[in-house]
Amino acid sequence: MSAGKAPTTTGGKGRPGRTPRARNRKEPVAKSSVSDEADFLARAWTMEVEAAERYSMLADAMHEHNNREVAELFRKLARIEQLHAEQLLEQNLTMHPPVLPPGGIRWGAGEGPETADPGELHYRMQPYHALQIALACEKRAQSFFAGYARDATRAAVRKAAREMAAEEGEHVRLIEEWLKRTPPPDKDWEHDPDPPAPSD
Amino acid sequence: MSTVAASAPPAPQAFKSDYKPIWCPGCGDYSVLTAVARAFAILELRPENVAVVSGIGCSSRIPAYTTCYGFHGVHGRALAAGTGLKIARPDLTVLVAGGDGDGYSIGGNHFLHACRRNVDLTYIVMDNHVYGMTKGQPSPTTEPDWNSKLSPGGTGLRTFHPLVIALAAGANFIARAFSGDPNGTAGMIAEAIRTPGFSFVEILSPCVTFRPEQREWKQQVRPAPVASTDDPGRAARRIITDDGFNIGVLYKGNRKPYQPSMGTATKRLTDLEAGFAI
Repeated sequence: MSAGKAPTTTGGKGRPGRTPRARNRKEPVAKSSVSDEADFLARAWTMEVEAAERYSMLADAMHEHNNREVAELFRKLARIEQLHAEQLLEQNLTMHPPVLPPGGIRWGAGEGPETADPGELHYRMQPYHALQIALACEKRAQSFFAGYARDATRAAVRKAAREMAAEEGEHVRLIEEWLKRTPPPDKDWEHDPDPPAPSD
Repeated sequence: MSTVAASAPPAPQAFKSDYKPIWCPGCGDYSVLTAVARAFAILELRPENVAVVSGIGCSSRIPAYTTCYGFHGVHGRALAAGTGLKIARPDLTVLVAGGDGDGYSIGGNHFLHACRRNVDLTYIVMDNHVYGMTKGQPSPTTEPDWNSKLSPGGTGLRTFHPLVIALAAGANFIARAFSGDPNGTAGMIAEAIRTPGFSFVEILSPCVTFRPEQREWKQQVRPAPVASTDDPGRAARRIITDDGFNIGVLYKGNRKPYQPSMGTATKRLTDLEAGFAI
């Protein structure tokens, strides 16, 4: 398997293979039943906040396992998503986050489209892997908003969704550029000379 | 969907403490923590009205990562502690958590009798089919042919089937969830807490360190093709033929929870302590 795919594991014990499983993830279905701009804002804002919270959690996990470089990258991604959430509120001329139902927004399937899956982590992953995870998240977000723009019945919601899809598309482009500047992982990036598994 | 509520109940983040989990990156337990916090928020609970009780193991670290009351007990005895707490403080929401080794081996006897007693609490087991904290020994749910350095050629032992045991022993709510779907898991935990009596949720939660092949569970799990039933006979037929990857509520009964009247204390705690003094 080529280096540079998201760090996931297949098959036998102890030797992680790599498949970009993020691509297999079901995307939450865009609901055309969004009632108004306020609902749309709540969803868009929640998406960014949940993404930020998740990146923070991933950063903490990598920090605890002494992978500082990836931890810092996830921390940076968390700040970017938090910034997006704040921008959304500013664009909508409000300082107050939307009031959400108990437990938050219920996405059609799984988690919010922009939320990274903690199962994608590997303790020896490299920044390239982290950016691949982020790229998959941005692509899901773009596709999600494009779906809204296509299906929404209210013109204002359609317009807002189109803008968000374009913005997420720009994020996709930026991360692709970022990836080009990032060294691909070493061939044996997952090799641990002192593995956690018991040895003879 | 309306996003406007009369008042703002605690958000899921309010149930997460400042302690950073030390689980391995990629461990399913991270998502279970997310699901637990979300379930509490769905139910509009408050941290001060919830107790999270655990035994020993990787997953049993979970109480410290919440802002609720917590009790990190001894190995296998989480259900005993949780049962006592719920009997003494029926006003609290009690969530007992642990892993497959803690719950089905060391705590196997408590598991049976907790199901039988049917006290109104919820038990979640983060099942990864291995003892992770102690470096990868086979657990009761490990497949008989799992070959590892600590079990060359596999144990050859039949696996423990917790859902069948729970049903036979009298659990009132039985479900299986998957950590890779934290929102689905949150919904199931919330339903388990809402259902009176002993609720048992087995959560498939991969151990990426000692069972890396479990990352493939994501491709193997599927929604159970049948709706929940309150008929134990029907549930038994379904669960006994289940391959371990059907996700959903598999049984929801109507047994009345056990809640004895506690009366009032006749002795002070200091008096009881004095009785044990040498």
